[in-house]
Amino acid sequence: MAVEPKNFGFGEDETMLRDSARKFMSDHCSTDKLHSLVASDYQIDRDNLCLWDQSLWQQIVELGWPAVCVPEANGGIGMPLVAAVALAEEIGKAGFPSPLLSIFNSTFVLRACDSAAAHQALASIAGGKTMTLAITNAAGSWHSDHTDVEVNKDGSLTGNAYFVQDARKCEQFLVSARGDKGVGLYLVDASASGLTLIPDSIVDLTRDQAHLSFSDVAAVEMASPGKGSDAIANAIPAILCIVSADMVGAGEWLLQTTVEYAKTRIQFDHPLGFFQAVKHPLVNVMLQIDNAKSLTYHAASAFDHVPENAERSARMAKSEASDMAVFSSSRAVQFHGGIGFTWECYVHLFFKRQMHNQVMYGDAKYQRTHLANSIMGPAD
Amino acid sequence: MAAADRKDTTEQAEFRKQCQKWLKANHPGRPPVQLPQGALELSDPAALQWLQQWQKSAYDGGLIGCDYPLDVGGGGKENCQGIANQEMQKAKTPYLPNIIGMGMAAPTIFFHCQDEVKAELLPKLLSGEEIWCQGFSEPGAGSDLANQQTFAEKDGDNWVINGHKVWTSLAHFADWMILLCRTDKSDKYNGLSYFAVPIKAALGKGVTVQPLIKMTGQTGFNEVLFDNLVISDRYRMDDVGAGWKVAMTTLAHERGAGPLVTPASGGMAIEEESGVSAGNIGSLISLAKQQHRGSGRAADDASLRDEIMKLMIRQEALRQNSRRAGVPELTDHPMRIPLQGKLVGTELNQDIAETAYRIEGAASTLYVNDPNAPAAGQWPLAYMNSFGVTIAAGANEIQRNILGERVLGLAKSK
Ligand SMILES: Cc1cc2nc3c(=O)[nH]c(=O)nc-3n(C[C@H](O)[C@H](O)[C@H](O)COP(=O)(O)OP(=O)(O)OC[C@H]3O[C@@H](n4cnc5c(N)ncnc54)[C@H](O)[C@@H]3O)c2cc1C
Ligand SMILES: Cc1cc2nc3c(=O)[nH]c(=O)nc-3n(C[C@H](O)[C@H](O)[C@H](O)COP(=O)(O)OP(=O)(O)OC[C@H]3O[C@@H](n4cnc5c(N)ncnc54)[C@H](O)[C@@H]3O)c2cc1C
Repeated sequence: MAVEPKNFGFGEDETMLRDSARKFMSDHCSTDKLHSLVASDYQIDRDNLCLWDQSLWQQIVELGWPAVCVPEANGGIGMPLVAAVALAEEIGKAGFPSPLLSIFNSTFVLRACDSAAAHQALASIAGGKTMTLAITNAAGSWHSDHTDVEVNKDGSLTGNAYFVQDARKCEQFLVSARGDKGVGLYLVDASASGLTLIPDSIVDLTRDQAHLSFSDVAAVEMASPGKGSDAIANAIPAILCIVSADMVGAGEWLLQTTVEYAKTRIQFDHPLGFFQAVKHPLVNVMLQIDNAKSLTYHAASAFDHVPENAERSARMAKSEASDMAVFSSSRAVQFHGGIGFTWECYVHLFFKRQMHNQVMYGDAKYQRTHLANSIMGPAD
Repeated sequence: MAAADRKDTTEQAEFRKQCQKWLKANHPGRPPVQLPQGALELSDPAALQWLQQWQKSAYDGGLIGCDYPLDVGGGGKENCQGIANQEMQKAKTPYLPNIIGMGMAAPTIFFHCQDEVKAELLPKLLSGEEIWCQGFSEPGAGSDLANQQTFAEKDGDNWVINGHKVWTSLAHFADWMILLCRTDKSDKYNGLSYFAVPIKAALGKGVTVQPLIKMTGQTGFNEVLFDNLVISDRYRMDDVGAGWKVAMTTLAHERGAGPLVTPASGGMAIEEESGVSAGNIGSLISLAKQQHRGSGRAADDASLRDEIMKLMIRQEALRQNSRRAGVPELTDHPMRIPLQGKLVGTELNQDIAETAYRIEGAASTLYVNDPNAPAAGQWPLAYMNSFGVTIAAGANEIQRNILGERVLGLAKSK
């Protein structure tokens, strides 16, 4: 029987990777810098720009982070999911705008495709190329079988993909499209003709998102019709772990920042944290972060070691992390008082990232509905 | 959790095998009398006696007190109590009756008594032959534990004790009490001292124990009155005036955050009979499938389904948190998870029992003495009982203060 390691698979390599990421983020990606990068223009009708630090990204590529979960056979580092989870947590803690998490998601979908073309695509990630998933329809369904893109007879794609994450940071799209025998997966170059990218105007300032419109766009098949949806479904636990880890990191930033404020802001002759109406909810935020964190590590280690438990564990993690994301961000704004309601205060950056995160790939209730159906049987 | 077996040391792996072998041969089977949900509700002497026999047998088998040194009656092993606990849980053994003794008195005695006193008290404590109780709370000293009024006055080599303790669990059976009291009225914290007190020997001669009835209708805790009780100075723990420091050892272990792991078994009890076991989501789900709601089953009610899943997730999180607490690289603050244990565990059990109560619908009105009560009426009882532990051992509001202050570093609340 397969078993999970006691340390969730965080060996020396994984811990070293995490520690170096932590240092890199604190050296290069302070919240000060983040705010001046993404929040210099507060106006609601500002130009819809994709704001990210590409030179920093080049350094990250050189550090090899995008390749951590690409198999060694494809030129990657071949680390387990927990490595990506460790990095995602640090990315979330810094609110760092980058395509890294989209690359991880794509990596796990490609790994599940297991075709020669998918191996080549993985090699392109190892070579530093960026990629994101375009697998969501207009209704925002998270189901692996739902898509508004179709495969034409000649193998080109026509239709629309929505809610595509980090779209303007990515050079390639991994697109789910319906063929004669079901949903397949296709790789499309961002510069392909017939492809139109329509940026969404989104709440979260640390990301970009777009709607892609395909009109006879050339594509390379990664998984044939019918097999693509299976590949997505197989990768979903990994995807849920990665977004959960981002929420855990962002949650910790919100907690520590609010705790710091509650230690220094004096009202009624006491620091705010003296008052239990502030102290106790902050403790509750901490409890929820710890739950989400342990569940996320557990799910990632299940994905790596006991795959049959991965989906359940990952849905538990995403459920808890999503609830935590909402709670940690709401308490952070509330306990900062009037200043927390301003654009100038950094809290809204993470508030918005959490609100975006919590809905990605299904919010907390959505995950629990899946869990209930699988554990209690369907409701009458 | 199977995962906890992974990284056993050679000593642990061998000991685990011994435990399994011993349990196979020596499981005590079903009790001849009805046992209450936990040791803190014990009131039937026959139930106590049967459980004491079980504890003695497990002690003789080497499963209790494994990590204490041999010369105080322990097993002389290292980090093995946790293994024995896991194996006893797996084997669904009955709970142990001397829980205050093992969880609070033993580590305190071990860290603060003179060597001869340790060797005198610990063997019979660990074997369960002598039951212990904890005399901390008083009418005016609950959460504010240092506000002790019970007074010990020095008289040669003896101390004379006067005062009033309340909520003293198991005092009606106890041979011994760990007692926190005042020896100096001029200093709130440094005026406290700590003693081991032989109360049973003094019943009617300076000690009176009167039962208090819980909201459930059960007994289990008491008030204890001291009227010029005389005890020897050899039973003082640590220095005069060091009582608060000694009490911190007790409290750390009470909250599961001390260096010594408390012997614990369980898993059998009521679960087999009625499916009631706080912390058992499976029994909640089967209850929801049996109980009606409107024209359908409770298990089809979308909001109940969501609640049950939430509880299941919290329970899994509790398990994974304790797994993570064992991996230092994955915890930022060493006490962050250990100090959550009591708070999170007791609130989870309370919420599970409350949900079960509500799943039962109209039938949740029926109590343990009604023949038609679902699950023998144990869920309403479990729900009410769950407040005992959200209040006792440092009320959960106090736990939140501790976490906010010690882990997050927020200003101390009054
Ligand atoms: C949209 C908006 C419009 C406003 N308009 C006006 C206006 O027109 N004129 C004006 O004068 N002011 C205005 N204000 C200011 C508003 O009155 C203050 O923001 C409010 O009184 C809180 O004070 P603070 O921001 O200094 O937060 P703080 O007092 O620093 O509070 C921070 C946090 O600590 C909590 N807290 C503080 N003390 C305690 C305590 N004793 N016990 C428990 N918790 C405590 C608070 O509830 C809050 O969550 C406005 C604020 C906003 C957000
Ligand atoms: C089932 C049971 C068994 C027990 N067994 C024992 C035993 O064996 N030995 C023993 O010594 N004691 C025992 N106790 C007593 C227990 O330790 C006390 O009940 C507990 O410490 C709370 O004290 P109190 O009852 O005086 O409540 P109080 O301290 O008066 O508290 C009342 C309420 O106010 C809250 N509160 C108090 N102070 C604060 C604060 N600073 N901030 C926020 N909220 C606060 C509390 O959380 C609680 O909700 C037992 C209690 C129960 C219920």
